[in-house]
Parts: sequence; C-alpha cells; structure tokens
Amino acid sequence: MSEHNGQFDQKEEHDQEHHIVSPAIYGAILLALLIFTGLTVWMSFIDLGEWHIAAGLTLFWNPVVALAIACTKMTLVVLFFMHVKYTTKLTKLTVASGFFVFIVLIGMTMTDYFTRAWGRW
Amino acid sequence: MSDSTATANGAVAEAHHEHPSYQRHHFESVDQQFDATNFAMWLFLLTEIMFFGGLFTAYLIMRNWYYPAFVEASHQLNIGWGTANTGVLIVSSFTMAMGVWSAEMRKKGMLILFLSLTWILGMAFLGIKSIEYHEKWVKHHVPGLHWSDSSFLNPASDPEVFKEYHDKPLAPDMAEKTGMYFFLYFAMTGMHALHMIIGISLLTFMIFRARQGAYTTGHVTYVENFGLYWHFVDIVWIFLFPLLYLISRY
Repeated sequence: MSEHNGQFDQKEEHDQEHHIVSPAIYGAILLALLIFTGLTVWMSFIDLGEWHIAAGLTLFWNPVVALAIACTKMTLVVLFFMHVKYTTKLTKLTVASGFFVFIVLIGMTMTDYFTRAWGRW
Repeated sequence: MSDSTATANGAVAEAHHEHPSYQRHHFESVDQQFDATNFAMWLFLLTEIMFFGGLFTAYLIMRNWYYPAFVEASHQLNIGWGTANTGVLIVSSFTMAMGVWSAEMRKKGMLILFLSLTWILGMAFLGIKSIEYHEKWVKHHVPGLHWSDSSFLNPASDPEVFKEYHDKPLAPDMAEKTGMYFFLYFAMTGMHALHMIIGISLLTFMIFRARQGAYTTGHVTYVENFGLYWHFVDIVWIFLFPLLYLISRY
C-alpha cells in the first residue's frame, strides 16, 4: 500500500501540478498580439511581389505573410492564453494531432482541386 | 478480483478521498478531474476547428476562382472597423485570461470585474459588427436578402449611398461574382458572431454564478474551459480578419 501511495505522490508532483500563468505573461502576450495586428495591416498596404515558381504557378507573398502572422498570433494564443504550454502531454499531443489532421484535410482538398486541370490552362 | 482487494482499494480510496465537494468520486484527484475535463474541452474545440475548416476551404477555392472580384469586394469593407474589432477581441481574450487567473487566485472581486470586462468587449465587438452589417444592408450588398447588381454596375444610381461612399462602377461579370465573396463574408462572420453570442450568454450566466462565489473556492474548471472556448473564437477571427479585409490593399 505504501508503494501505491508513493506512486500517486510522484505523479502529482511531476505530471499533474496545476500551473498558474502570471498576469505579466498575459500582458506580454497581449502586447505581442496587438503589435502583430498592426504589422499585418501595415504589410497589407505594401506590395511584397510574387515568385514565379514555374509556368502558370505563381506564389504571391502578401497572403503568405498575412497567414504567417495569423499563425504566429494563433500559436501565442494557444500556448499561453489557452495554457497548452503548461498542460499535460496528452492534451499537447491531442491539440497537435488535431491541427495536423486539419492541415491534411485542407491540403488534400486543395491538391485535388488544383491538379484536376493541371497543364490544361 | 477478490473481496480483499476491493477492501484494500476502498481503504486507499478512503485515505485519499478527503476531497472537496466539487470532486467527482470517479476521479483520483482534483487535478485528474481538471485534466480530464480540459482534454474533453479540447476535443470539442477540434470538432469546431474542422467545422470552420469547411468554410475556410470554400473560401480558398472561391478566392482562387474569382480573385479580381474578391479584391474589389474586399475593398468595400471598412479596414478601420475591422482593425478596431480585431483589437477589441484580442483585449477581450486578455481580460478572459485574467479572469481565469482571478479564479485560480480565488479573488472574487477581480473575477467579476474581468468577466464583466470580457462581456462588455464582446458586446462592443458585436456592436461594431452590426455597424458594418448595416452598411452592407444600406448598399444592397447582402446576397439573397438585400442584393442588387446595379449597386456595383452603377453605384451612382443610388445618390444617397453614392454621396457617402463614391464606389467605382464594376464590369457585369465582376459585379455578379462579388456576390460569392459577400456570401462567404456573411456565412463566416455570421457563424463567428453566433459563437460570440453563445459566449456572451454563457458569460452572463457566469457573472451571476461568480457573484455567488461559485468559481473562487478552488473549482476553476468551468471558467478555464469557457476561457478555452472564448480564445478559440478569438483565433477564428485572427484568421478571418486578414482573409476578408486585407486582400491586395496596396
């Protein structure tokens, strides 16, 4: 029975401690999110040009930068406001695999859509 | 399983279960209960991500198809209101996070203050959104309900509106395809606004419960998980804002 107790104590110490995030961190994240919002508006008024990868295949930098900034903001919110940085490994894995599946679903839909008429434009 | 094992486990359980009233009996500890509900909330949010994912995929395909019309239609949105609303929502996420902190620190007054601030900012967001929706209604830019191609083909045909906005006339095919943009605009921001309304309703309930001292006795699960929902709605807007408002502004 003492062995049993020992296990529980260990688990509570290392894995299940409830972490309280300080207001200073929340404030810093708020500031970063507001700066990134200003940045994405400012960048949208600048022509960032394009990259001609191949014939008929062009990458425009403006939407890429806008989405990169949005993803950065999302990561900050998920890690700190939503406490994923401080949560259990199970939740971390679940969140990560959820986003991964989301990317796969959108990615596969888009590859299908874009290659239906490949070379026929 | 013999009876003796059951008794032994029962004894262990009794020794350990000097637990607070809010801990359910099937959990070993409050922390385990917290982690389990937290995990469940994340599963729900992932289904929400997939749900909005369908709308985002439709948007990506239509934007690729009718890009020039999307640019023209996007420029009809007011970037000032859009940026202001992004700021309002981000600050409301901060006040919600501070609400969770207040509950964890068992500060009842602070919790009521931060929940109320989040409520006010949520209402401010919906207020600004309704100003924008009203403008689209006045300009006949609401597909299916209040739409007219001539408001794009010949904006001067409505002198009242033209006096205020001075929109350029669009070619007929372009005017027609802006309807796809506005359909997606209303579907996506409308679904987001519905989530805001649900969130604000839950906040109203929580402010009353917080006044009764419900979340400041160590049982922070409800506040924490509502916070996750509120931040998720914030994240959806973080993507809607650049995709709908910031197309080729240069």
